[in-house]
Amino acid sequence: MAGPRTGIDCAPHVGLLSLELQLSVSDFLYARSQMGMSLAFHIVFAALGITLPVLMAISEGLYLRTGRSVFLELSKRWSRGAAILFAVGAVSGTVLSFELGLLWPGFMEKAGAIIGMPFSLEGFAFFTEAIFLGLYLVGWNRLPPFVHWLCGVVVAVSGILSGIFVVIANSWMNSPAGFKIVDGKITDIDPIAAMLNPAAPHEVVHMTLAAFVATGFAVAAIHAFFLLRDRANVFHRNALGIALTLGCISAPLLMISGDFSARSVAKLQPAKLAAMEAVYYTQTGAPLQTGGIPDDESRTTRYALTIPRGLSLLATHDPNGKVIGLEQFPRNDWPNVRLVHWAFDLMVGSGTALFMLSIAVGWFAWKERGVPDGKWLLRALVAAGPLGFLAIEAGWVVTELGRQPWIIYGVMRTQEAVTPMGKIAIPFVVFTILYLFLSVVVIYLLRRQFMQSEKPVSELLKTDA
Amino acid sequence: MLELIVAGFMFVALIFYAVTGGADFGGGMWDLLATGPRADAQRNAIDKAIAPIWEANHVWLILVIVILFTGFPRAFAAMMTALNIPFTLMLIGIVLRGSAFTFRKYDVKSQKVQHRWSTLFGAASFFTPFIQGVALGALSTGQIRIVDGRLATGFFAGWLTPFALACGLFALALFAFLAATYLTADPNTERDVQNDFRLRAIWSGSALAPIAFMVFITSKEGAPAMYHGLTQWWAPLLIGTTLCFAIAALTSLWLRRFALARIAAMAEVTLILGGWSLSQYPNLVTPDITIFNDAAPEITLRLLTYALAAGAVVLFPSLFFLFRIFKGKGS
Repeated sequence: MAGPRTGIDCAPHVGLLSLELQLSVSDFLYARSQMGMSLAFHIVFAALGITLPVLMAISEGLYLRTGRSVFLELSKRWSRGAAILFAVGAVSGTVLSFELGLLWPGFMEKAGAIIGMPFSLEGFAFFTEAIFLGLYLVGWNRLPPFVHWLCGVVVAVSGILSGIFVVIANSWMNSPAGFKIVDGKITDIDPIAAMLNPAAPHEVVHMTLAAFVATGFAVAAIHAFFLLRDRANVFHRNALGIALTLGCISAPLLMISGDFSARSVAKLQPAKLAAMEAVYYTQTGAPLQTGGIPDDESRTTRYALTIPRGLSLLATHDPNGKVIGLEQFPRNDWPNVRLVHWAFDLMVGSGTALFMLSIAVGWFAWKERGVPDGKWLLRALVAAGPLGFLAIEAGWVVTELGRQPWIIYGVMRTQEAVTPMGKIAIPFVVFTILYLFLSVVVIYLLRRQFMQSEKPVSELLKTDA
Repeated sequence: MLELIVAGFMFVALIFYAVTGGADFGGGMWDLLATGPRADAQRNAIDKAIAPIWEANHVWLILVIVILFTGFPRAFAAMMTALNIPFTLMLIGIVLRGSAFTFRKYDVKSQKVQHRWSTLFGAASFFTPFIQGVALGALSTGQIRIVDGRLATGFFAGWLTPFALACGLFALALFAFLAATYLTADPNTERDVQNDFRLRAIWSGSALAPIAFMVFITSKEGAPAMYHGLTQWWAPLLIGTTLCFAIAALTSLWLRRFALARIAAMAEVTLILGGWSLSQYPNLVTPDITIFNDAAPEITLRLLTYALAAGAVVLFPSLFFLFRIFKGKGS
């Protein structure tokens, strides 16, 4: 089970993945940078696009049950945010579907027939999401309340589904299944088996929960900020309550799914796990190394915080378990150990912080029998706002850089898949500037939506009381 | 046979993209060209007509691409390589169009700010379909050659030809005509504004004829296979029928039978795309890649057909609901 399948013709390959060389001017690296940048941008909108509709549907559901207009106003405001984010997510998602071919035609040529299926299903899920979001956004006065709420539920469900299908396609790149290779040619394709590849369950669960946690805490941070200023504001109190409920239920589950994911990766992609944990030599009773500076030349990690037997315990649930090291793989099959290890620590660190915060929130909520509003807890929530998205970005760096130098793990090298098109620096720079511009505008507009409706709400609440 | 079914689904998705998403681009063009005392009212009507549906309409394009790369992965790889430049430009247009439209809606309602987003939205609405027409035209030129599975003709073949550029122009005029026609029939459009769009629809619909002729003339040199197709025995029949619908659309506009004009315009676009695909059947990238020599294995095509059929069962009722709520009588 150790290591990728070999026997496939591989392009001559140099240590392209070391940090120094990544900065060199090469179309291959620009292509990777453009893909990485596009994904890093889109994932934020995808995660928000999956979770905001959940929040807005919960809030509208509460409105239907209680009749309190504060919940109606809340779902309206969240839906305005969802509208802006969904539009940018839709166009940046379109960019990605084309970039698969614009940047990696060699990959799509071989993989299209195998993993086109989840993309097609995602197409329909996304279609459903777009249709019902349209109905939801403009249908406040045109649809009966219950039907309108159902539209919101459909948006939330189809959003979650489209995320799941895309992650399934990605999981196939990490643990390819559903085909055979005979004489260097792909045969016996089975798209269903490809969708049910062994990495799919842990990636799907982990990513969906991560979207809930990241969005839940990011939204909570905004409302905690306003609640700090005005503790009597019922609007922000309720908003915080809903966002925290989702975030704090998902955070512990995310930790469990993280443990499950790590053990799956240890089995499916031992080179990736070795890079995540900076393990150069195979060992039993391996220590857990946090931080530090992995050095590929001396094959050591200096200045790391070390917990004896910690890694064996985590990866195999046995303090004396065996963990495979990078020395088992040819040097040119290593991912970038430093970046993968640091990104992994960043993800686990942020995730753990949110987990502990969720425990604290749970404790205070139980003690105070309501939405906790202690000054220091609210401050902590504000500070923790970006952590979830930081963890998502870091997590994708682990998944994608950790898979390198393969685009299909053990089957096809990323370099074999790249477009023959030169001067990729140009689209890379253009899209980077474009996305930076969009990010600035989106943040400005979201802020505006929030500030704009501040006054009417306070008036609304008076009539409510 | 399965290849043909999957290609048929792709073709249907393309038609839906043209008659819905294409019209949204046309709306953007008229937004930029809004003039006269009712310029703001025109923009308002366009905004109301597009806002709830443009994202759903846009997904047709994604569906086309997904069917293409699942069912015909090598054709997809070849297209994305040979037409890397126009498709990259198109993506920039798509990003700017969609975001500018949304940003305009949620930004400050001052004249200056709104105008800035409108300009970007309108310009991208011109640019994007033009490039789409160019790219689609390039596939018919026969100048993109794939030899031994590799692109042999570089990154500029096909799409800079007079024929491809004429196709771009044709797409522009077609979508402008569609949008103006729809806007006359939209129940949310005010009476005066309806008149403005009636004139615009008649103008742009009439402009289609010389541009179509230009495409035909340039195809003799620029897309010989397609020209050959268009001179087959069935071609006069098809062109004749298309012409009938074009005249029907213009006449209905003239007589203010707007609902009828909308149907005729849709039929016209469908027949034009039908003629285009028939004339180059079975080529995907003329002449080396056809739907038969480069399709995915049978099992993929079969599962894709099931998925598309099942998807259609969910999709069409939902779309029907969406359009009924926003475009139906008394909405």
